[in-house]
Amino acid sequence: MSDQLLQYLLSGLSTGAIYALIGIGFAIIYNSTGIINFAQGEFFMLGGMLTYYFLSVAKFPLLAAMVLAILLTTAIGVLFERLAIRPLRNASPLILVIITIGGSILIRGIAMLIWGKDTHSLPMFTGNEPLMIGGATLLPQHLWIFGITLFIIIINRFFFYHTVSGKAMRACSHNRRAASLVGIDVKRMVLIAFAISSAMGSVAGIITAPLTMTSYDVGIMLGLKGFCAAIIGGMSSGIGTVFGGLILGVLEAFGAGLISSGYKDAIAFIILLLILFVRPQGLFKKADTERV
Amino acid sequence: MGTERQVLLKYLLFSVAVLVMPVVFAGGYLLNVLVFVGINTMLALALNLLLGYAGQISLGQAAFFGLGAYISGVATATYGMNPWTALVLAACIVGLIAFAIGFPILKLKGHYLAMATLGFGIIIYIFFNETIDLTGGPSGLSGIPYFSVGEFQFDSDTKNYYLIWGFALLMILFSVNLVNSRIGRALRAINDSEVAARVMGVNARLLKVQVFALSAVFSSIAGSLYAHTMTFISPASFGFNFSVELLTMVVIGGLGTVYGSFLGAALLTLLPEFLRTLQDYDIVFYGLLLVLMTMYLPGGLVRIPALLLPYLAKFKAGRQENA
Repeated sequence: MSDQLLQYLLSGLSTGAIYALIGIGFAIIYNSTGIINFAQGEFFMLGGMLTYYFLSVAKFPLLAAMVLAILLTTAIGVLFERLAIRPLRNASPLILVIITIGGSILIRGIAMLIWGKDTHSLPMFTGNEPLMIGGATLLPQHLWIFGITLFIIIINRFFFYHTVSGKAMRACSHNRRAASLVGIDVKRMVLIAFAISSAMGSVAGIITAPLTMTSYDVGIMLGLKGFCAAIIGGMSSGIGTVFGGLILGVLEAFGAGLISSGYKDAIAFIILLLILFVRPQGLFKKADTERV
Repeated sequence: MGTERQVLLKYLLFSVAVLVMPVVFAGGYLLNVLVFVGINTMLALALNLLLGYAGQISLGQAAFFGLGAYISGVATATYGMNPWTALVLAACIVGLIAFAIGFPILKLKGHYLAMATLGFGIIIYIFFNETIDLTGGPSGLSGIPYFSVGEFQFDSDTKNYYLIWGFALLMILFSVNLVNSRIGRALRAINDSEVAARVMGVNARLLKVQVFALSAVFSSIAGSLYAHTMTFISPASFGFNFSVELLTMVVIGGLGTVYGSFLGAALLTLLPEFLRTLQDYDIVFYGLLLVLMTMYLPGGLVRIPALLLPYLAKFKAGRQENA
């Protein structure tokens, strides 16, 4: 039994790491623009699908395919900001919700037109010999997920605290008007926010695809789960959301294992609703931000 | 808004147009599609009251529609209840659910409200799929009886057309009255500025929840009607995509206009029927429509005549000058 629990814990942590990556993407855009980007999950989908395309159809080597996929997804993220978000800068939140929903449907629909409705798989990065860890099995891909997530979180931390652009973006998240008064180009920061979060979304999509396969519609659920992670973490673009993702992943894994796998997705949304109702500022934050 | 007489005249014209439709399209396939236009009109109207007037988004409307359909379906097909009683029962239950969750949910604003209602919709959708003993799960629930009055059964397209449009016209009448009343003005005040509305003495919190519940009840009634005219329901009709489709209808038709709901519903229901080739690609099309309409025609289709008016006036003036 304890082996089984360890197994749930490990697989929960690895899905949780993915939720965290997507959640941080949500938080970065939210903090610099005040927008919840409903198209966030589509970046995740694009990462996996574009890698599949460059690898299997265009016959690039895996690494090159991944890099190309990340670059192209980033370009799409930037394009989305320029074409749909920037022209509507002063629109009401309602309009912005509708436009990002429209954008996400559009991206998903175009992906379906191009690649069809089939699910595709990517090869594991390094072999598929399972590793035994105290009675639970772990695939090398899981280690890649942990490693890459950790790497991105460290880079992220470095960027936000030790580079001028990163500090400027933090300034924007505190107060956009004040930031622009001290000479920060807020528009550029918003663009960077979209670039970073689409790149992170695509990385998450790429490292997950070998385990769970990918198709044009994987972005919806994953995007929403990432949002749950960000909400639990109080919309922080750092460690709060990482914990949010891990907590969500583990709870889901235990829920699926011990209760019923059919209700796995419902668990995440019940948690989401509870947090929104009871602690909309997230689990780890004092109630200093107005979110309701 | 127009004067009271204009409002009434518009409503009567619309009703007459609706009532003669079956005569024009007697027995055709189109009549079947028009039945769906009626159902979608009710649903779009329900969402529009909430979104267009009170300014509160909901991405979980399909859940209320589904709850209505399933409560009706299970109560009649499994427990042998009379369809009319089931319709009322479903509307009451769904209204109560909406009222109860309305208080915590409508405390949230903007993006957070969108996500919370979306989450609610997905939870309900998962329950439709997973409670197989009750709902039949993904393969659906069949054997739902038609509505009937005595010996008369609503079992053909024409009969269902009148049944459904009867309900739709009642809901439209109710909504037209509502939005032109004190409550309608209070709702628009909340939409413009909740703080200002509160200052003016509007109980914004309660009113938002009441509209949310009303919108849920409308959706539930549409759901019951759907269940008893289709006689078969499955969870696929009540998912997130359908909530987005309803949102698209409202945005395309025009936020905050009763007849805009009808226009949006009619367009999005009829278009895929005419463009059969669109079948697989309708989702791309919805996305594109949503983005383009929000960016370039935020008032929706109902705004088109008003937008064309200045040009028309110029055209007329030009002609007079020439004459």
